[in-house]
Amino acid sequence: MAQTMKAPDATAPERALALDMVRRGLPVAPLLIGASAAVWGLDGALSSGFGIFLVLGNLVLSAAALTWAARISPAAIFATALGGFAVRMGLLVLAVAAVREQSWVEVVPLGLTIVVTHLGLLVWESRYVSATLAFPALKPRSSRTGA
Amino acid sequence: MLSLLMALPMLVAQQEPGELGEGLTAIGRGIVYGAAAIGPGIGIGIVVGNAITAMARQPEAAGMVRTTMFLGIAFTEALALFGFVLSFIVAG
Repeated sequence: MAQTMKAPDATAPERALALDMVRRGLPVAPLLIGASAAVWGLDGALSSGFGIFLVLGNLVLSAAALTWAARISPAAIFATALGGFAVRMGLLVLAVAAVREQSWVEVVPLGLTIVVTHLGLLVWESRYVSATLAFPALKPRSSRTGA
Repeated sequence: MLSLLMALPMLVAQQEPGELGEGLTAIGRGIVYGAAAIGPGIGIGIVVGNAITAMARQPEAAGMVRTTMFLGIAFTEALALFGFVLSFIVAG
């Protein structure tokens, strides 16, 4: 049973999705940081940058954990998904608690950036994935190359 | 429980106003974040449980299932992030 249920990890779609989101997030990051800088000044920009780092790190960590678990067994996927959620939320709390008292931290831009970046990247990636769900984590380059 | 409730007014009377406010803020922050994490925890369990069922029924579709599972987990996690952000924004 475990053999038939074992998920193939040749494609590692989680890793591909996370890297896609990082690739999309990095060019957008200066816009968010610039918007925060315009409203909250340098402190807002630094807080915004920290928020983007947290979101991208969270996604990459989640993808790495699930890719690793998929090589083991479905039970490991379950344990990693739920345990990973708790651990990553804890890490997020620790990361914010560690910088919270710093003079450069503005809580509003930090919070807004975390929510907006996380949801924005997910919606962006979902639109892309819904168009290529038949070939998860593959880039639709065949039409461009004419293949 | 009753004795705790009876002792509460005495404890409150001994506190400085600032300390009491800080303590209540910390408790409130914990309640907000804790409550906000319960729903996503259940949601992620449902997402992953169904994904594993799908992979067991159709192993050849595991890649597609894992793709949607990852996105489902991340979307569900956004709810916990709302609670997290709310807890530290409201607390100031």
